[in-house]
Amino acid sequence: MRILNPLIAVLALVAVALMAAQVPGGQGLIGVVLPYLAFAIFLGGFAHRVKTWAKSPVPFRIPTTCGQANSLPWIKQNKLDCPSTKAGVIGRMLLEVFLFRSLFRNTRAEMHDGPKLVYGSSKSLWLFGLLFHYTFLVIVLRHLRLFMDPIPAFVGALEFGDGFMQIGVPVLYMTDAIFVGAITFLFLRRVVLPNIRYISLPADYFPLFLILGIAITGILMRYVLRVDIVSIKQLTHGLATFSPHVVGEIGSIFFVHVFLVCALMIYFPFSKLMHAGGVFMSPTRNMMNNSRMVRHINPWNDPNIKPHSYEHYEDEFREFMKEAGLPVDKE
Amino acid sequence: MYGKGRIIPALIIFIGLMTAPMWYGSGDASKLPNPEKPKGYTECVEDTQYMRTSHMKVLNDWRDDILREGGARVATTANGTEYVRSLQNGCMKCHNNREKFCGECHKYASVNPYCWDCHLQPKEAM
Amino acid sequence: MAILKADKLGVNVAKAPSMLTGAIPKKAWCDTPAIFKPGNYAYPAKKEIHEYHQKNLPQAIGGVPRDWDPEKDDWLLPDGWEQIILQGLKERLDKFRSLKIFMDCCVRCGACADKCHFFLGTGDPKNMPVLRAELMRSVYRNDFTLGGKILRKLAGGRPMTFGVLKEWFMYYYQCTECRRCSVYCPYGIDTAEVTMMGRELLHLVGVNINWILEPAANSNRTGNHMGLQPHTLKENVEYLCDDIEEVTGIRINPTFNRKGAEILFITPSADVFAEPGIYTAMGYLLLFEHIGLDYTWSTYASEGGNFGLFTNNELMKKLNAKMYAEAKRLGVKWILGGECGHMWRVLHQYMDTMNGPADFLEVPTSPITGTRFDNAASTKMVHISEFTADLIKNGKLNLDKSRNDHRKVTWHDSCNTARGMGLLDEPRYVLNSVVNDFHEMPENTIREQTFCCGSGTGLNTDEIMELRMRGGLPRANAVKHVRDKYDVNTLACVCAIDRATLTSLMNYWNPDVQVAGLSELVGNALVMEGEKERETGLRFEELAGKEEGEG
Repeated sequence: MRILNPLIAVLALVAVALMAAQVPGGQGLIGVVLPYLAFAIFLGGFAHRVKTWAKSPVPFRIPTTCGQANSLPWIKQNKLDCPSTKAGVIGRMLLEVFLFRSLFRNTRAEMHDGPKLVYGSSKSLWLFGLLFHYTFLVIVLRHLRLFMDPIPAFVGALEFGDGFMQIGVPVLYMTDAIFVGAITFLFLRRVVLPNIRYISLPADYFPLFLILGIAITGILMRYVLRVDIVSIKQLTHGLATFSPHVVGEIGSIFFVHVFLVCALMIYFPFSKLMHAGGVFMSPTRNMMNNSRMVRHINPWNDPNIKPHSYEHYEDEFREFMKEAGLPVDKE
Repeated sequence: MYGKGRIIPALIIFIGLMTAPMWYGSGDASKLPNPEKPKGYTECVEDTQYMRTSHMKVLNDWRDDILREGGARVATTANGTEYVRSLQNGCMKCHNNREKFCGECHKYASVNPYCWDCHLQPKEAM
Repeated sequence: MAILKADKLGVNVAKAPSMLTGAIPKKAWCDTPAIFKPGNYAYPAKKEIHEYHQKNLPQAIGGVPRDWDPEKDDWLLPDGWEQIILQGLKERLDKFRSLKIFMDCCVRCGACADKCHFFLGTGDPKNMPVLRAELMRSVYRNDFTLGGKILRKLAGGRPMTFGVLKEWFMYYYQCTECRRCSVYCPYGIDTAEVTMMGRELLHLVGVNINWILEPAANSNRTGNHMGLQPHTLKENVEYLCDDIEEVTGIRINPTFNRKGAEILFITPSADVFAEPGIYTAMGYLLLFEHIGLDYTWSTYASEGGNFGLFTNNELMKKLNAKMYAEAKRLGVKWILGGECGHMWRVLHQYMDTMNGPADFLEVPTSPITGTRFDNAASTKMVHISEFTADLIKNGKLNLDKSRNDHRKVTWHDSCNTARGMGLLDEPRYVLNSVVNDFHEMPENTIREQTFCCGSGTGLNTDEIMELRMRGGLPRANAVKHVRDKYDVNTLACVCAIDRATLTSLMNYWNPDVQVAGLSELVGNALVMEGEKERETGLRFEELAGKEEGEG
């Protein structure tokens, strides 16, 4: 059920879009009203969620130190995994965000008879995670051709590089294939690996199905069903310049694609997908390990919490202390 | 809010990037491609909407059929007009200006077909 | 209580069907109740201990002091306990950004799943860090997120029920806050933070364990976990001095509560009380005598450890505050800290924030070498390994490495000093300077990837021995590897809890491996002025080349 329900949900979205694209006014709704609404919810929701996080202070300086700290001058510090300066933290965060450094450390533990634990390298999640995110990024950037005129040179360069293999007509974008492959991998590991399957929630399958749906409709639109790209750009470019209208015969597949993209944008701020923003604010990663060098301030530090005082202590044990020859404050 | 100094600028940059096409050089949406229609012809090898979405497939199919399957060079349209199944000698017989016909939409949609890596425009060929 | 023999448990861990050995539980985790039975839970706090803490910190220690039994279906919880928990969760979401982010950002990628020593030792799916956090996250989703409020179970939400509370009590006391999972998490989600919050919330409704609260109560009243009263503490240290005299012929007379000393020395009380920590304390005493340090012990602040860290931030602050209070009262210049893991987590990451600024102290400067410890410029507390490494580097110690030749040593990085501080190479430098035969354990089990002893965060109590031996298995297994390969017979560390728990762990899994504090090895190697020829080490063990019949 945890797999089936989200699949049904995505299929239902497809069905709704297909129907809506057929009824009068439906195309305008999906092509014009919904994208604005979804984009606004995406940006507003994203900002709101970040604001909600920011409302809570970081009371303690709690970086996870993953290397040698800044210590005696002759001891070599690991400046990236245990940064004590802003530059170090920036470096650590860049590696984390752009190269998924923590995930790169991943290992797989196996229990053998003995008992004997064996740890092997396990980079597949890192590799496919990275491929998924980067191909997604390239695909999104490539779509800028539909929103801008003239089209920035880097978009053309991306397209050229992406279609470099010149397979088929229109040329196959390698990112499309890798993207689908990576999503499939991420889905399969959730289903095949027993422990990952056990921890997976509908909220883990739903975005995978949704994104796969977006990829499949996009690929169908480009390579199989083919649509009138000029009419589409008229609409999408119109969206970017606040003068959108649906013209020509676009084809239902386009509206299904757009509908799913909008669903993703609306879903994003309310879901685990917010890890995109959260990773930047994770206190175990974005803090300097300098808590003994510089005092970190906790805004809600309670000054009324006092230690059991020495006076009380001495009052209780004075006679014993004197007998044992320990100095006392009050005779 | 704690850490305003970093979080608010970061959010502004994020929203700025996400909305870039709306404020940066997105151009004029009313400026549309206007491919030059051939003079004296009213009919293409397939209907207009099909040609809009699938002309690349037509060309590809011709190539495969003629070069690999030994298909015929000449075919007829729905109305019985004979034409040559060829980019240079067929299509470009009517659509004789690459820039003004093909280029208009291709540029608009950032499509860079590799037809012209090998093929030449009729004028250039002469 | 009696537990399975190691060979039996070993077969059990490797063969019995569990998530670890590939068996998939039939029921979803949220439909699998936590069942308490003898041996799988630590005893609840005694009524009078609960009362004692409640009197001191009513805002953080809730519930009704009572005798209760986790195995029973009525835990005698306060009325409206569900609301107390939810309200407490809300407050903590507003106080800790870490909690909010960690509740929201997990994608359940599973990278953490097999990183937890408790999962590796028990195969229990709820010991995968991701599920440990989901125990709380499900309640968070249900009551604090839009999706959860609308979709409830579909969005993975669960209402706060007695069943959930039981799971929390079980699994937040099967986590040692070692942070190993957070090293691998792509978002740095730190289960230690979640466990801390879980425990704080449990304390609000009076669900607790005695093995944490009783030492904490002792520490508050007498200054140390062991409940050693001032005269007893002094006596214990003097016994150690007697032993030192027997081994070295040198008489050391340390001072206590001495005003005007340059340095206040604080170490876990276990070091002056229990084997093998006492040998580490003998090492400190020898070292300070060797360099003629002007320092004092304190009986009031006689505990380095802080079981408040395992309870809630309020108690942590209260217990920790003694250190600065005593430093101020005695008028010392700075504080030197002994070997302890969680003590250093508190000192390094919390003390200055909670109880600073320590503006009455000076930036620590070694009186022997003149080195200024700028890395402790604000907190003004230096780790004994940093201090010793600096002494050795500057050639201030007269060392005879061969005195440790009877030991083939491997090094255990304690979780807290490794992942909460970054203290990795200082102790290795010291170790290499005092022993000839040092072998690292496999790379996936040391430094930032080190495995916990399995009994940290106040879990080193005997009633859960099997659980501890399971949790410590990954550590023991790595030690076994170097024992089999290099004949390693000594596991060295800088943690008082380790010294106690690793000893049990080694006795169980690798009976021929001893556990030693780093300073014990330093003490063994130190050539003291005017000492007699040593026949034995600090624990009266024979030295290499001094075996009977040869020497």
